[in-house]
Amino acid sequence: MPKYKDDRVADMDRRRFLIRSAMGGAALVANPGLASVALAQAPWENRLVVIILRGAMDGLEVVRPVGDPLYARYRPTLATKPGLDLDGYFALNARLAPLMPLWRAGELGFAHAVATPYRDKRSHFDGQDLLEAGTVALRGAGRDGWLNRMLGQVPGVTVKTAFAIGPGDMLVLSGAVPTSAWSPAARLDLSARGRRLLEVLYHDDPVFQEAGRVALEMTGGALPEDGKGEKALDNRIMRMMAGAGRASRAGALARFAARQLNRDTRIAAFSINGWDTHRAQAGGINRPLGELADALLELKRGLGTNWGKTVVMAMTEFGRTVRENGSRGTDHGTAGVMVMAGGALRGGKVYGRWPGLGESDLYQNRDLLPTSDVRAYAAYAMRGLFGLERGVLERVVFPGLDMGDDPGIIA
Amino acid sequence: MTTHFQTMAAIRFGYGLSAADVPPDNVDDMLSRLRGPDRMAAAWPIASFPVRARESLNFRLLRKSFRNRPDTDKKARQAVRKAYRRMFGGLMQDMRATVLRAMDGHDAFRERLVRFWADHFTVIGQGKGLRFVTTAYVEDAIRPNVTGRFSDLLKAADMHPAMLIFLDQTSSIGPDSPIGKRSGKGLNENLAREIIELHTLGVKGAYTQKDVRQFASLLTGLYYNFRTGSRFRAAAAEPGAETVLGHSYGGGPASVADIEAALDDLARHPATARHIAGKLAVHFVSDNPDPALVDHVATAFADSDGDLMATYAALLEHPLAWENPGEKARQPFDFMVAALRALNVPAQTVAGLDAGKTRLWLAAPMEAMGQPWQRPNGPDGWPEEMDYWITPQGLAARIEWALLLAGRMGGDQRPQDLARTALGTLVDTRMLQVVGAAESRREGIALVLASPEFNRR
Repeated sequence: MPKYKDDRVADMDRRRFLIRSAMGGAALVANPGLASVALAQAPWENRLVVIILRGAMDGLEVVRPVGDPLYARYRPTLATKPGLDLDGYFALNARLAPLMPLWRAGELGFAHAVATPYRDKRSHFDGQDLLEAGTVALRGAGRDGWLNRMLGQVPGVTVKTAFAIGPGDMLVLSGAVPTSAWSPAARLDLSARGRRLLEVLYHDDPVFQEAGRVALEMTGGALPEDGKGEKALDNRIMRMMAGAGRASRAGALARFAARQLNRDTRIAAFSINGWDTHRAQAGGINRPLGELADALLELKRGLGTNWGKTVVMAMTEFGRTVRENGSRGTDHGTAGVMVMAGGALRGGKVYGRWPGLGESDLYQNRDLLPTSDVRAYAAYAMRGLFGLERGVLERVVFPGLDMGDDPGIIA
Repeated sequence: MTTHFQTMAAIRFGYGLSAADVPPDNVDDMLSRLRGPDRMAAAWPIASFPVRARESLNFRLLRKSFRNRPDTDKKARQAVRKAYRRMFGGLMQDMRATVLRAMDGHDAFRERLVRFWADHFTVIGQGKGLRFVTTAYVEDAIRPNVTGRFSDLLKAADMHPAMLIFLDQTSSIGPDSPIGKRSGKGLNENLAREIIELHTLGVKGAYTQKDVRQFASLLTGLYYNFRTGSRFRAAAAEPGAETVLGHSYGGGPASVADIEAALDDLARHPATARHIAGKLAVHFVSDNPDPALVDHVATAFADSDGDLMATYAALLEHPLAWENPGEKARQPFDFMVAALRALNVPAQTVAGLDAGKTRLWLAAPMEAMGQPWQRPNGPDGWPEEMDYWITPQGLAARIEWALLLAGRMGGDQRPQDLARTALGTLVDTRMLQVVGAAESRREGIALVLASPEFNRR
């Protein structure tokens, strides 16, 4: 691992915590005094990490039903890639080989043929919104995420209990309950007077007041030494870019998440992009799969003994077509797979009711048929980890969800 | 003296005010400038798609041959690096030209419209060989068509090679076509779906998965090959007629005309008029536009059969288009251009930046503000909402860049004068007092650029 990566993560760590408030991007900063003293005890010891896999991960490519001869028939080129046997029927995509020790230790599991209630239009944007909203249908205004609604049901939650990490928006965590978000910081070459005047300028504009207060707060430190002359200016601009690129790769995000989870944070959420494999899927899925493997391994390493109290759930907006398309890829489908990991998971198992691949078993003769709601697994995880009641989960966190029978995913 | 109309026209429908030029006086003036010659395209040329596509292909072939070589050859590595630098230089040159065109205020509404439509018909400049050709796509497919008919713009954008590559049309094959039968390959519905969902009817439109599938089937045959430049292959077209939204197309020998006919009908669909009118109102006027304004624009779009000049005229002639200034956030590209204009930075200064300096002064800060050049997150382009742009990290990057720019190009003007120039009739006295109280000219100028008034439009 190159050294600068660790340095950068450590640097992020020193930065002030940002708190996301109710609507979307609006944000506040914690009382600075608060950041240095111990916060109120987190409400639980258990930890949940939610990873949103954006772009529709192909569950059949990741957890491959090689035990059914139809699989190879539907996917003449894709199915030829060798996998790693899981249970005699399913095989794991070989790019996830670094995770096999977790599987053998019962710390990796999957739920197959799962989907959100989203059907038929197969739009990434709506699909992701619904996955993160956790509702049956997309409502018009007032977007909030299911993790945020869950936090609203628990006493003792602080701004640091839940942490959204990385450059993108995490609808799953936004809502009325303040949560934290990490963002790369800049340093402003602005005098104390300049800062005060900026505060005055922003004072009467709610949007700018909130964003500006955090911006000033997170850029409050001393300017790093940039050297002199032309080069100094270049260095300063380059610093603005911090946070883009390598530092936002999943491994780095997971390492940052682990540090927070070892302290007061109990819920972390971030995204891994790049799953929209319409063409050349066999190669194209390697990068995001590698990021997913990195993220899970970094979480385990970084969490140490806390890994035993952790469940990670990586979920995607929908699956992909059962048949490979004309360009050795797959198109937008319906059911897919959820990846679960953690020491608190009862892993080593592919959960879910397998619908089969026969033509009449498919959804609309093209997609894997959804046999369970991805939200039910998340609900049982929160019930097992945090002790939430079934009624609350079915009414508030995931309105309209029937959790069905307990799959028993929590160890 | 800048009038209120000029202020609104420049800030809401252009890239802000500048001492360097006189904004249009009235709606007719705006439209007649738009109807006139495209001066900026001539002043700051951008390479066409065939040129950039050839360069890009040559570069990728060179890189591939290098990668396939078993032992690393120093000379070959240098050649690849040199070729990459050339490509990157072209990318930065195209970006610079886009900024330079927007910096000229004479016909600024045209530049805003080009950005609007380039976003509506997003092609992400990343992967699939698209990184270095996206500006050329906008230049060839979007720019010449922004004052014509929507159906022509639609056809130019969605049948353009860059779009065909971006939305995977190049690999969609009719399963019962000769190529499909031989290879066993099949449909890819990505382009068909996005044309309906994003480019025409909108996701709220009344269409079904079956329409998408049928349309995808109709689109087979369209493709692009970087090497040959070919754009249609009848041997991949699915035989038989397809029914999209109740209309039947094709059935005879495969032809582009059938695809164009379907695109023409989609352009004419009532849901398209509403979708486009809504997007225009949201982009230019307000995140929550008055339905009366949207209806008015949609009616003009529908009644004129998608005549874009008539559509813009409807938008501009409506009183609601001129009310409640400042409901939108300037996106980073707009903010940066507006700042360069407000400071009256000479075009030659920007034109004189080399690739490295363009990256440092324009591309990198724009990315830090949340808008990496030509790389939105998805085919739906950049979000419009204020909350998306005015975030702590985005605002911090704006302030930092404003400080850098003020230090380097602020000149000797007083911050109060800059505020008056940049905000016209929208400047307020309290703001003048605040920026006048700064302890240095540089900070005062940066405060103007970082102010809510300057970042809203």
